[in-house]
Parts: sequence; structure tokens; C-alpha cells
Amino acid sequence: MADEISTPSAPSTSRSEGSGPGSSGPGGRPPAGRPSGPGGGGRKFFRRKKVCKFCVEKIDAIHYRDVRLLQQFVAERGKIVPRRLTGVCTTHQRGLARAIKQARNIALLPFAARY
Amino acid sequence: MQRTYEIMFIVRPDILDEDLDKLIAGLEGNITQGGGSIKSLEKLGRRKLAYTVKKFNDGNYVLLTILADGSLVGEIERRLRVSEPVIKFISVRMDEEEKRVAKIKAIRATRKKLSAQPAAAPAAPVEAAPAPAPAAEAASA
Repeated sequence: MADEISTPSAPSTSRSEGSGPGSSGPGGRPPAGRPSGPGGGGRKFFRRKKVCKFCVEKIDAIHYRDVRLLQQFVAERGKIVPRRLTGVCTTHQRGLARAIKQARNIALLPFAARY
Repeated sequence: MQRTYEIMFIVRPDILDEDLDKLIAGLEGNITQGGGSIKSLEKLGRRKLAYTVKKFNDGNYVLLTILADGSLVGEIERRLRVSEPVIKFISVRMDEEEKRVAKIKAIRATRKKLSAQPAAAPAAPVEAAPAPAPAAEAASA
């Protein structure tokens, strides 16, 4: 499961790095002064903002044929990974789910991986 | 109403190459006779199936993009269902999706033009700059 979480959020690394040192660098402000703290509870670790892979990389059409792409959003057992873990936006998650289901139908992706 | 459809089907792996060609040719004949036209035909080759289908673990994938009526697609689906070597098929309507993608691309193109214009403006003086230089050299010589 850790793989699915880390791969889609990988493109966001550069973006969050840009904002990270910028906010803490001048004056060494306490983290409470940060304008958009995620969650609010976890002060110790900074949770990176997840971004939609399809929006960032400008992938318009999610096609059932590109198994490589779809496989990133399918868990080990063949389940579709929820949006809250991958950070995909609503519109693209809908298209993604449709593409995955079509790919399952034509035996490009498994309905359930066997063990 | 002619629409773009994509039909992907899997042929059993133990079929001979000429039999596969014959099957595809027959299907092409059906489509053209029914008033449709073939946009592209692609043999994706042998691939491992994600799960067992009719006791087969691999299959020959064929992708067919056609322009046809809904009724013709129904007829092709019926034929695929009946034909023995075809173990699985899927037909997907593509025109709406293509239209949507084209729209997004058009919007993106208009946005790019705005960002490209300031970039193009500084580029022009750079090109113009080398031109006076030879003139200055000629004046000094």
C-alpha cells in the first residue's frame, strides 16, 4: 500500500520543497504562523499536499489500454485505490475508475489478484 | 448516425496466423458491408491475460477503430460472440471522449498563446542586436 501512496505524490516533491524553506527560512517563524497548515493536529511532521497526477502532467484522456498508467492506481489485490490516498481529483478519479473497470473486462487488469 | 467506436477483442492463443488474418478480414468485410468504415486496425500481439478466460492464460489482442452506426456495432458484437476463436471482446464509444479532449486542448492552446507572447517579445531584440554590430565594425575599419 505504501507504494501507491508514494508514487502519485512524487511529482509534488519539487513544489512543496519550494514552499517549505521559504516559509521557515526568514526569521525562523514558529510553525503556528504558517497560513495553511494541513490537518492542524500534526505539528511535528509536515504532510505534503497531494496533487492530482492527471492535472499536473496534463493527461487528458484516461484510456483503458495504457495498463502502466492504470496500474499505479490499483492496489496489490486489484482494488481501485481511493482518492484520499492517491490525491487524484474527483473528475479524474471518475474517469480512472471507468478505465480500470473497462481494462478489467478485457483481461488487462485483474478483478482480484490471486494469492 | 456514424460514431467512432473502438472494438478490442482477444483471440485464443493457439490459433494460426493465417486463420487470425482470415477472421479479421471477415470482420472487416462485415463492417464495410454494413455501411461502416475502418479507421485503423492494430494487432497488439500475444499478451498474458490478467485472469484465466476459457482456460486460456494468454491471448492475441486485436484493436479495431471503426466509424459505424450503433446497430452495426450490435451486429459486430453478435458476430464476435458467436465466433468460436474470439474469447473476449469489448466495444467502447470514443467520439464523446475525443470531443472532450479536443475541447480541453483548444482551451489550453488559447491559454498558451497569452503566455507565449511576452516570451516572444524579448526574443526579437536579441535577433536584431547582432545586425548593428557588423555595421559598427565596418565603420571602424
